Amino acid sequence: MAERDLDRPVRAKPSHPHDSARLHVSGLARYADDVAEPADMLHLAFGQSSQAHARITSMDLDAVRAAPGVVAVFTAADIPGVNDVSPVAGDDRLLADGEVLYVGQAVFLVAANSQMAARRAARLGRIDYEPLPALLDIAAAQAAGSRIEPTQRMARGDVEPALAAAPFSITGGFDIGGQDHFYLEGQVAVATPGEDGQMHILSSTQHPSEVQHLVAHMLHCSSADVTVEVRRMGGAFGGKETQAALFAGAAALVAHRTGRPAKFRCDRDDDMAMTGKRHAFRIGYDVGFDARGQVLALKLRLASRCGATVDLSPAINDRAMFHADNCYYLPAVEIVSERLRTNTVSDTAFRGFGGPQGMIAIERIMDDVAAHLGLDPLDVRTTNLYRPGRDVTPYGMTIVDNIAPQIIDRLRADACYDARSREIAAFNAASPVIRKGIALTPVKFGISFTTTHLNQAGALVLVYADGSIQINHGGTEMGQGLYIKVAQVVADVFAVPIDRVRITATRTDKVPNTSATAASSGADLNGMAAYNAAMTIRQRLTDFAARTFNCSVEAVHFTPEGVIAGKENLSFAQLCRKAHIGRISLASTGYYATPDIAYDRAAHKGRPFYYFAYGAAVSEVAVDLLTGEHKVLQVDIIHDVGRSLNPAIDTGQIEGGFLQGQGWLTTEELVFDDKGRLLTHSPATYKIPTASDRPLRMTISLWDGENVQPTINRSKAVGEPPFMLAISVFSALARAIASVAPDKRALPSLSAPATPERILRAVREHRAQ
Amino acid sequence: MGVRFLLDGEVVEIADVDPTATLLDHLRYNMGRTGTKEGCAEGDCGACTVLVGELAGDNVQWRAVNACITFLPMLDGRALMTVESLGCADGTLNPLQACMAANGSSQCGFCTPGFVMSLHGRCIGASGHDLPVADVIAGNLCRCTGYGPILAAGEETGPLTRDDAAAVLALKNLSSRETVSGNHQGRQWFAPRTGAALAELLVEHPGARMVAGATDVGLWVTKGLRTIETLIFLANIDELRGIEEDAKGLRLGAGVRYADAHAALARLHPDLGELVRRIGGLQVRNAGTVGGNIANGSPIGDGPPALIAMGAELTLRSREGRRTIPLEAYFLDYGKQDRKPGEFVESVWIPRPAKDAVVHISKLSLRFDSDISAVCGAFNLSVAAGTITSARIAFGGMAATPRRAHACEAALTGRPFTRATFDDAAAALRIDYAPLTDVRGSSEYRLEAAASLLLRLWHGVQGDAVSVLDRRIAHG
Repeated sequence: MAERDLDRPVRAKPSHPHDSARLHVSGLARYADDVAEPADMLHLAFGQSSQAHARITSMDLDAVRAAPGVVAVFTAADIPGVNDVSPVAGDDRLLADGEVLYVGQAVFLVAANSQMAARRAARLGRIDYEPLPALLDIAAAQAAGSRIEPTQRMARGDVEPALAAAPFSITGGFDIGGQDHFYLEGQVAVATPGEDGQMHILSSTQHPSEVQHLVAHMLHCSSADVTVEVRRMGGAFGGKETQAALFAGAAALVAHRTGRPAKFRCDRDDDMAMTGKRHAFRIGYDVGFDARGQVLALKLRLASRCGATVDLSPAINDRAMFHADNCYYLPAVEIVSERLRTNTVSDTAFRGFGGPQGMIAIERIMDDVAAHLGLDPLDVRTTNLYRPGRDVTPYGMTIVDNIAPQIIDRLRADACYDARSREIAAFNAASPVIRKGIALTPVKFGISFTTTHLNQAGALVLVYADGSIQINHGGTEMGQGLYIKVAQVVADVFAVPIDRVRITATRTDKVPNTSATAASSGADLNGMAAYNAAMTIRQRLTDFAARTFNCSVEAVHFTPEGVIAGKENLSFAQLCRKAHIGRISLASTGYYATPDIAYDRAAHKGRPFYYFAYGAAVSEVAVDLLTGEHKVLQVDIIHDVGRSLNPAIDTGQIEGGFLQGQGWLTTEELVFDDKGRLLTHSPATYKIPTASDRPLRMTISLWDGENVQPTINRSKAVGEPPFMLAISVFSALARAIASVAPDKRALPSLSAPATPERILRAVREHRAQ
Repeated sequence: MGVRFLLDGEVVEIADVDPTATLLDHLRYNMGRTGTKEGCAEGDCGACTVLVGELAGDNVQWRAVNACITFLPMLDGRALMTVESLGCADGTLNPLQACMAANGSSQCGFCTPGFVMSLHGRCIGASGHDLPVADVIAGNLCRCTGYGPILAAGEETGPLTRDDAAAVLALKNLSSRETVSGNHQGRQWFAPRTGAALAELLVEHPGARMVAGATDVGLWVTKGLRTIETLIFLANIDELRGIEEDAKGLRLGAGVRYADAHAALARLHPDLGELVRRIGGLQVRNAGTVGGNIANGSPIGDGPPALIAMGAELTLRSREGRRTIPLEAYFLDYGKQDRKPGEFVESVWIPRPAKDAVVHISKLSLRFDSDISAVCGAFNLSVAAGTITSARIAFGGMAATPRRAHACEAALTGRPFTRATFDDAAAALRIDYAPLTDVRGSSEYRLEAAASLLLRLWHGVQGDAVSVLDRRIAHG
């Protein structure tokens, strides 16, 4: 299957419903908080820092200890091993140790008989602080030179002379706000102490192995003593890649210290205040171009708010640089990426992982160039697309799978982009209050962890003598349909119905040393690992059948009608029974490591990605010039998932990703006050899209093509790329605003999210200038 | 006395009830019904949606509510349906569930039971059932799907018939004609049946907190972690639930939920209907009351500015009797209302607008559905022979209380109905208001947007499209 067989072209797989769909709709799908609580369960809450940056001079926790229902209170001094819940840098404290770095940071930990008792008691701590200077935003951190790592530079060619020589040039910039994940299931972990120092943790995490390793270090035991299990998450989107460790670590500490099971189910408002978000960016650019809008030189400055600690910010900001070309060839380019350390909660992974911020930068530059020249922005985009001879990225990777031009052409025609653009111009000329805008933007998203060693996965396939199959792999299910995709892969290997395959919870005691389910890589990596495990077993069965039935191995076929071995035809279950009696092992591990990728981070050169996933969207919006309100009227999408492993699941990812991206750029606004407190820490003030925010009309088509790389079924990853299709909404909004001064050769100034207030300001400013 | 309610045909009795324990926690941690989820514990995400049924004559009126901010005593004498109530013992899904499972309506699945309950409510004709699917699920957040497959499942699933005859009988047995009360570790709660009984209780327990739908007070507990010593639940008082409509106007009892007031208010003026559609999600409108929205005195409550512009009057009642005041006089200052000890809000009367009146009500919020106003403006003008003869204008979100815009009104009154008049009047709003800057909008935005709403009225009268929600926009 993995190897290309030209005689048997691969096809999209059937759309099996999500494996848990029936459980979801009947309320029977169990999440970590749904497991029955033992009577002696302890419930936890953190005492949080009220300061953005301060030294703790004293802590009086007597009132906390004396509060009703409180069983124990812990501070950093109670941690037997390493006080760290960070993914890489070792700089995230489970409990603050002398210094607090942001408002909401965990300072002490309360264990009580009920969640309410723990939360109430946690507010009774008296902590004295000596305030230290706090840097709360990008500008302040830039002024202070406060960074989590040295500024990175990715460049090609001589930018300065190319800029100077360009017939036209523009200097511009804008801001992009962060984003809260708002997974519907908040952070939660349940730790249960076992015999002889063992610990079992049920965690809502995308990265069970990391939780396992951090807890082992924290408790000063070995990884073999700690088992982390996750059947499913109620959404994650990157927010449970590193952030789950804080809550799992707290639960494990309490379980270890008290010998009782402990659950940390974080309140929504605390969750929003205490956990990291998508990075806010400030973009600046100098772009030189010719009369057709072809970019000749680009100097791009990407400055991001990383928060108080390193977390995954280096890789996230790298990905912003990797995607600052999007689908466009930049002959002379310099991308400077500044990673700023601020006294806010440490920003973290979020669907797209920095890619969206880099991509929206170049898309806005395309809009700016088009506005400056009075050209259609789509024509400027197509002028700049990668094509033969102009096919090397700023990081030196040659693009061999470029289908962006075809997708854009198809969508331009299918969505009637040109006719609608004309209709909109006519509508705008006659409409005093409501104005429309339309934009088509493409996506090219690199698939692979850019940290090369993470591109590996393991799986365990167990075939039982009755022909039923249990599979386990390192990937976690957060709603994206990974489990059903992997189950289909395994069912197909043995040509059995999907209901013969039992999908089991991801556990570190079944598959060790896994990578996070992230970077859209879940199905690519785990699907292939499971395929390899299943193929090992199938080979053994094939050899056994050939021996048993006196035929060649070539005469053994696994078909939906059963296994054919020469003249014999028996059911898969019958073969398994015979093989067991014949003493054939029916269990196997499988392993996969993505080939052919390598990256020199010091030089920012190499091939960080195995392949690219593509897509494009046309969005049409209406804007109210009086109030700044807007509505997304119509969205048409063509997206590339290679040969789909499950078209329904993939289409769901595309639609969901789009709307999440639309929220990021429109209604979702993070507001911090001048003390560093997050003011939008609940759904009362932080507004993700509702059903009526879905575009009135929406079409989604899968591109008919296959991955040029031998991925599983020639499919492509789908988790993150569609998120960036929503950049078309932002571009369309700017175009609608531009209609207030149609002859003006400038792009309206607009930052994200495009709230009514920002749109109204943009309207006013664009009229005035 | 404990709390008794009907669940799947069985009476559930909870003997010792903490009066501010939530229905959600009780379901999940005491009854093992973990299908109902906590997403926010503040009534904004709908993951905890359940259906609560009340006796309505010889029927059960079901309504979707948020279990996370429903206190247990509020369930007394009522019927409850959770997601576990829907399926069959053999694992068969009901048609809605089957459609959602087949449609890809769930991804992570955490919000799904809440959507199932909201849409099931629509299938069985629960309160608010006549709204479009998108409105029925406006109070349910999904972060995975983009909503398309959920909307489709809602459209595809037809009505379901229910036989509630047994439930009606059981509820008749459960309902009490007298005040129900309870005591938990010294903290008391009461649920009176009459206004007179309420008036007595308010004298006996001057510190008691009245609770109607708990859409606000619920958060005092789940987010504020407050302990409330004495609670008086108002939902059993039928005489506060009256809706009286006649040629002169509309009288709404203080206990009328917004979902139930919706149709009558929409008949009074379509803009009132649209305003109510955008108050909270359906679960919030199914719990929150017109009186509660007034009584708590919020400067950003959406009901008061509209009702003030319409010329509404408020009737307060106590053991000593009743008094009626202009609604605007009730709001004294931030957090301070003209409600004397022992008084409760009994009803509000809204005059029917004159035939020649120009009424316009607009709400501006970051998100259209289930959001709180940055600015809410309501305009009620009388126009004769091209001249504005009177103007009543009120705004929410512009001051410490919902407040009239007297300078703006003066700038309109007696002036011709022209753009110049409206420009002058819009400028006068800067005399009327000096709004705050907060997360919902800066002071400057609020001032600019308030003026815009007045101009929106003017453009609307000219026949221009004035809202991006206008369906005509999408098609031309």
